Amino acid sequence: MPTKVENWKDEVYGNEIRDHLMTFAEEGWDAIPEDEHDAWFERFKWWGLYHQRSGQESYFMMRIGTPNGVIEPGQLDVIAEVADKYARGPVDNPEFGDAYCDWTTRQSIQLHWIKIEDIPEIFDMLESVGLSTQQACGDSWRNIVGCPVAGKDTHEHIDAWPVAEDLHDTFKGDDDYANLPRKWKVSVTGCDQGCGQGDINDLAFEPAEKDGELGFNVRVGGGLARKEPRFARDIDVWVPTDRVDDMSAGMSALFREYGDREDRFNARIKFLMDEWGPEKMRSVLQEEFVDFELPSAGEDMRDQYTYNAGDNEHGDHVGVYEQPDGNYYVGLNVLVGRMGVDDVYELADLADEYGSGEVRLTQRQNIIVTDVDSDRLDAFLDEPLLEDYSPDPHPFMRGSIACTGTEFCSLSIVETKNRQVRYARWLTDNVSLPEGVEDFHIHLSGCTASCAQPQIADISLRGMKTRKDGEPVEAFDIGLGGGLGENPLFADWVEMRVAADEVPGYIDNLLDAFEAKRDGDETFRDFVADRDEATLQDLADPEETSYDDPYLGNTKMTWYPYAEDTDMQSSPAPTDADDQPLPSDD
Amino acid sequence: MTTDVHQLDDGAWISVNDSREVNVSDLWLLAKSDFCDCAPTDFLAEGFVETGIDPPNIQAKIAGRCITCGTEGVTNWLTVGRVIEPESGEFYGVVQDSVHIPEK
Repeated sequence: MPTKVENWKDEVYGNEIRDHLMTFAEEGWDAIPEDEHDAWFERFKWWGLYHQRSGQESYFMMRIGTPNGVIEPGQLDVIAEVADKYARGPVDNPEFGDAYCDWTTRQSIQLHWIKIEDIPEIFDMLESVGLSTQQACGDSWRNIVGCPVAGKDTHEHIDAWPVAEDLHDTFKGDDDYANLPRKWKVSVTGCDQGCGQGDINDLAFEPAEKDGELGFNVRVGGGLARKEPRFARDIDVWVPTDRVDDMSAGMSALFREYGDREDRFNARIKFLMDEWGPEKMRSVLQEEFVDFELPSAGEDMRDQYTYNAGDNEHGDHVGVYEQPDGNYYVGLNVLVGRMGVDDVYELADLADEYGSGEVRLTQRQNIIVTDVDSDRLDAFLDEPLLEDYSPDPHPFMRGSIACTGTEFCSLSIVETKNRQVRYARWLTDNVSLPEGVEDFHIHLSGCTASCAQPQIADISLRGMKTRKDGEPVEAFDIGLGGGLGENPLFADWVEMRVAADEVPGYIDNLLDAFEAKRDGDETFRDFVADRDEATLQDLADPEETSYDDPYLGNTKMTWYPYAEDTDMQSSPAPTDADDQPLPSDD
Repeated sequence: MTTDVHQLDDGAWISVNDSREVNVSDLWLLAKSDFCDCAPTDFLAEGFVETGIDPPNIQAKIAGRCITCGTEGVTNWLTVGRVIEPESGEFYGVVQDSVHIPEK
């Protein structure tokens, strides 16, 4: 029997949701029938709106999908304007102020505290510069990811940006692919470093050569969520660039027809891959969903992959790099991906002044200014903003990723972004990295949904609870040794239910053990891979230190963790268009 | 009025009559459960897997972990609250950190 969500989707879904959204926006929050809240909030996701968690009713997170993370000239300023004008909540965030933008691990943008009444104006502003929230969430084609410097990269074999852009233009808004059983995540990589992270996507195109022609090998069924991580599997297919659309149409139609619509927990294509295996996946695709002969896989470049491969060669795109045209791209570190709105305005101005005005988002929550003239590079690097968003950050700053967490998210178990900011600062001030370690990833995810991609980090933190002196406190399961590269590995979960205030001490002790026991210049990933779980568990213990954690209690019980009065009953929500509390029914 | 119950957002919460009533991230004390050998099981709710109604009880099977011994899994049916008068649809949640006995 189809799920309730499927029934709601059968009634109204896809492009048509927009008309309803506009009607509700015009009439106000109260116009959404109370007995239809769940159905409408599920549908709104398709247009990038996600109802914030309990205690924050009537406020929405809004996601803007920017394919391949490309923010074209003129767009960043408008994003800042939208955040400035519409993404202000009732209470400031103590680390980031009263308006900010989040750059996500899928090269998208998230804004919070959005009111439904403001949607028409927001959509007008975004669409005036070619931006959209369409299909940023919901059961369809999500934002297409890839190497964030596609087209500007000396390691590139195929410029993947036009490929990703074409997929975006083709499949966003196409009714045939608007209602899939679950989300559909696609990655396109054109370089030989593997920075499209294809291995953790539902459908991945990776560069490969066949009979002297460059095209893409195809992998299917990757994903990290729900303690069921999978790397995408090789289905032995190569396609030339001009067949990527046909291949994608076929694969997403296969998912549409065969994906599980009766159990959302089993709906992602990774579970169909579990059931069928790559050979059947290929044969069903060939027989039922494409009208051309699928060539077998070509020769890939995976043995050259260095992105997040554990060996310090190419951990991310932060830094100064020359483009093939002689200009430079400068990758700036954005700690946990969150940037205050004044800084976003300033960055937009700097991108205009020193580059083409284009910036790009990475899958590590950072931002890249492209096309910086070589003659003006030094002046750009001297800009004061780059003191806060450095192209040469400390490894603990550079490697820190965090998801949204209990600040706004229903699923999260723990506070995330502000805590990861404090972790990174404390580690930077107090912990020495072993010699030669310049790239060290710590990914913090509030729950098993894995939005911070914890399983592919050197140190993986996943939200948990434990008791300390009998009282429940926020905690983390800790995994070690994950990463991508030619032979990707998921983290090995070795230390469970560590109280959040003892995590920095654990990392300090762990790195001491690594330094003492490593074999020469052995990498951390190899160090972990060479040891069994029991040995890893014996390496280090959690420990209280001078690190202070203000979020140790149950932040999910609050209406907003940083409010002066955090009690759920003190929430102003739901509110009207002017943020004034609406009368309660009680 | 029929009582409408379901889990949403990947099992993040239980909706009763289109109102968010029970959330993940709370600790539940489970007695006489087969979940693990701990007595009681100090259970962290990580996701609602299934919901049901045994009038007037609203029930759920919850995925999560005993934070004492680390056992992971899904509980048997647990009462998470009650709708005593279906006409009003008003939901009365149980107190999570009191002791709960899952159905066998």
